[in-house]
Parts: sequence; C-alpha cells; structure tokens
Amino acid sequence: MVAQNIFFYAFAAMIVFSAVRVVTSTNVVHAALYLVAVLAGVSAQYILLAAEFVAATQVLVYIGAVMVLFLFGIMLTRTRIGQDQELTHKHWWTGLVTALVLFGVMAYALIDEWGWSDHPLPADTRLSVVNGSNTATVSDAVFSTYLLPFEAISVLLLAALVGAIVLARKD
Amino acid sequence: MDDLLLNQFLLLGAVLFCTGVYGVIARRNSVLVLMSIELILNSVNINLLAFGAIHGSIAGAVFALFIIAVAAAEVGVGLAIVLLIYRNRRSVDLDDLAQMKG
Repeated sequence: MVAQNIFFYAFAAMIVFSAVRVVTSTNVVHAALYLVAVLAGVSAQYILLAAEFVAATQVLVYIGAVMVLFLFGIMLTRTRIGQDQELTHKHWWTGLVTALVLFGVMAYALIDEWGWSDHPLPADTRLSVVNGSNTATVSDAVFSTYLLPFEAISVLLLAALVGAIVLARKD
Repeated sequence: MDDLLLNQFLLLGAVLFCTGVYGVIARRNSVLVLMSIELILNSVNINLLAFGAIHGSIAGAVFALFIIAVAAAEVGVGLAIVLLIYRNRRSVDLDDLAQMKG
C-alpha cells in the first residue's frame, strides 16, 4: 500500500510538472514532448487503478498516433521551431485567474464531499479477474452492455477520418 | 493514510483540468490549444477510472476507452481544420482570426 502511494505521488509530480510546461513552454516542439510525459504519467495512474487495457490503449492511441499527428501539425503549419514568445497571449493572467478560481472551487467541493482521509479505494480494484487482469471484463462489457455506444463510436471515428481527409486534401 | 484514497485521484484530475483550461485561454497558437484540450480529456479519464474503481464497476474503464476514441477523432478533425486555416491565411495565430469581430 505504501508502495502504491509512492508510485502515485512520483507520477503525480511528473504529470503536474509536465502539464505546466505544456502550457508555459516557449517552444512548440518542447510542449509536444512534455505532453508525451503527461500522457505516459496518466497511463501509469491507469495501471494503479487496475485498468491495464485502458493504459495500453492510452500508450498506443495517444503516445503512438495522436502525438505523431500533433508533430505533423506543428511541421505542416510551419510554426517557428525554437524559442517563440508569441505563443502565449499578452492577457495570459486572465487565464491564470480563471484556472486558479476554478481549481479553488473544485478542490473545495471535492474535499467537502470526499474528505482528506476517508473513502479509500478497495485494496484490489480488479473485478472478476481472468488471467490476472480485468481486460476480459472490459471486453465483455463493451460487446454486450455497451455494444450500441461502441458501434456509434466506430461510425464516428470513420466519419471523422473521412472528414479529416476531405478537409486536408489539396484540390 | 496507507490506502490509496479516491480524493488523491480526483484532485490530480482537478489540477490537470485547470492546467488545461489555462492553456486553452492563454495560448495563441491553435496547435497548442488542441494540446491543452488533450490535458482536459485526460483529467476526465482519471476521474472516470477512479470512480469506477471505488464503485467496483467496469463502466469507468469502458467510458474511458470511448473518450480516448472520441479524442482521437477530435484531434484528427481539429488538426485538419488548423491546416486549412493555415493554408488560407498563412497563420495559425488565434488573434488573427478576428474577421467576425463587429
């Protein structure tokens, strides 16, 4: 249990530091690479919550596909590679105030509702384990209870793919 | 304080969410705004999985997968739109896209 806490706080620190660098970095490519660190840390938190399949999907889809798409976007729009002070709005402090007020409200609500030290997670958060992980449980749920949303998501992905090609091709 | 608490994950999600909101408001480059939206979507996923874990339900993991799929679709279309804006206006600066301003 102590090991889980060490794991949580180490990756939480990495996530928060890298997330702040994503929104403050003056170099677009550095921001993209810090985003990779955030996504990897979030994937580690998924493993801590016993969601191995979601963690693997996060690595494959986000770090594998979405990041390549972002780097292509950076290169194709010929954003200045290297230092660039123009990336942040001159009224950036309005965003800071909004974010801090929002965090204050959210933190107050969460601590008020869930407390500082109560509501511990179950020691083993896995459900009806098959071969040591609950991937089989996820697939059973996706292909029975959530079959219709799953099909809708599939059609949405196809439509988005066709739409992206139609938008981006030269004609 | 030995067990993992639900609130640890929820507060981490809140920090990530607010960082993303700051990025969406403060950044001028549209690609960086899309990156900040990814931060927001990831914080939502952490919350979903934490609630799924405490309620002993698999629905959290299923909806996290759905959100990952929708985020992939969103980035694809979003970057295509950014590319189109760049092609038409030679800039991805959001301050330059003000022709609707009255």
